[in-house]
Amino acid sequence: MSLIKEAPATAEPALSEIAVSVRNISKNYGAVEALKDLTLEFPRGQLTSLLGPSGCGKTTLLKIIAGLLEPTSGEVEVNGKPVTGPGPNRAFVFQDFALLPWATVMRNVAFGLELRSINKSKREDIAAKYIKEVGLGGFENSYPHELSGGMRQRVGLARALSVDAKVLLMDEPFSAVDEQTRRKFQEDLLGLVQNENKTFIFVTHSIEEAVYVSDQIAILLPRPSRVSEIIRPSGFRHKDHDQIRRDPEYLDIVDDIWASLRSYVE
Amino acid sequence: MKLFGYNLPGMSSLIIWGLLWELIGQLDVTFFVPPLSEVLATLFEIIGTPAFLKALGETGYAFVVGVFFAVFIGIPVGILMGRSRLLDELLLPWVNVFLSAPLTALVPVLMVLFGFGMKSIIITTTLFAIWIIILNSRAGVKQINRSLVEMAKSFGASPADAFFKIYFWAALPEILGGVRIGVIRAVKGVIIGQLLISIVGFGALFELYSSNFLMAHFWAVLIVLFALAFTIAEFLAYLERRVAYYAAKR
Repeated sequence: MSLIKEAPATAEPALSEIAVSVRNISKNYGAVEALKDLTLEFPRGQLTSLLGPSGCGKTTLLKIIAGLLEPTSGEVEVNGKPVTGPGPNRAFVFQDFALLPWATVMRNVAFGLELRSINKSKREDIAAKYIKEVGLGGFENSYPHELSGGMRQRVGLARALSVDAKVLLMDEPFSAVDEQTRRKFQEDLLGLVQNENKTFIFVTHSIEEAVYVSDQIAILLPRPSRVSEIIRPSGFRHKDHDQIRRDPEYLDIVDDIWASLRSYVE
Repeated sequence: MKLFGYNLPGMSSLIIWGLLWELIGQLDVTFFVPPLSEVLATLFEIIGTPAFLKALGETGYAFVVGVFFAVFIGIPVGILMGRSRLLDELLLPWVNVFLSAPLTALVPVLMVLFGFGMKSIIITTTLFAIWIIILNSRAGVKQINRSLVEMAKSFGASPADAFFKIYFWAALPEILGGVRIGVIRAVKGVIIGQLLISIVGFGALFELYSSNFLMAHFWAVLIVLFALAFTIAEFLAYLERRVAYYAAKR
């Protein structure tokens, strides 16, 4: 079995460069320790999932990387530069899409560029390109409430892509869409990771989803939150999309993760 | 509404009330209610007169300026209160007190502070309108979706961007509701101001007509006032409907 298991402190995959590194992060809310001394590295150009039971602090960690939350101690580096707040090298995809309900698809997708004061015709050119890329061509002038949940998340994805950040942070992006749309999204995401040369950090609570899309899976366990295990599926990553779910390694890893998480699920 | 298969236009019920008014007037039940036809005739008679136009101008000016201050102070204060815990704690008790306070009783104080002129009337108008505008703007901001704020932050929005591109629009349905009610209260405020502070504008006309028992004139001016207030309120309701498509989906 090509499963690599390493203790987090020594996790140093020499496979590729590190795009994002998180060192000794702790986050307390009053007396509650959400994260404790957490260290983790995210290889460039790959997709890393943060997987764990609810309350394990995976979204908190993602928001710390985004610069939306400040850690109590520890530091985050993106491409060698310490994170002090949100920055143009990272883009966020929200679980509830976070679209402006009063704005068209076009304005929503271009909103990240609008906030960067890119002039209107230029930002709409860029947005139009990504609207097509996520498969929403023809819906430029629709409003979010006229779209299905899946289409809304495509808008959220196009907005994140259009600012051309090197790191894409996705907070359970597919949890609010239906099962079939989710499968399509997962397939599209694999294509995106291959073609876009970006680093993806992906929070999910679905074991199958994590194993299906990830180059690296960090299992987070709660109380106190820590990285318990890093899994790097290798055997099926380059297989055809339809073949992954019947791959023995895929099935083994899914079972394995469930075995280690089972005791934490109430 | 449908009646005998015919679609009745909006406000058809006014016809019934109008007929009832005419009937009571013709029956000469009380001098207080002259027939509607007489009131309307008086209305057309006085509507072009210099005295009426002068009153309309004075009332309109005080009303527009008063509402302007209520809107342009009320909305930002409400939004800031919704965003800042500290400001909210400081100001909310006062807003609530003034919202329910009998403002008419304060008018003499205003007269002492600001004199007997237009200034006091404008301030009275603003005081009638502003509190509900503040409260509604605050409520609009309070219900804003947290992730919209995080989204703006994560894409690098400045505080000004966040204010004008997120908070204002997210709170707009509530803001418009507040402005609509505020404007209706401002109508009340401007007339009370003109009755109590200095007898000018429509207030002067009301005073003049009622003290001389010119009831047809009195009602005619009241109808004009109702019509103006109704038109403005309906226009704001129309704007509210324009943003209703997203009000339920924020």
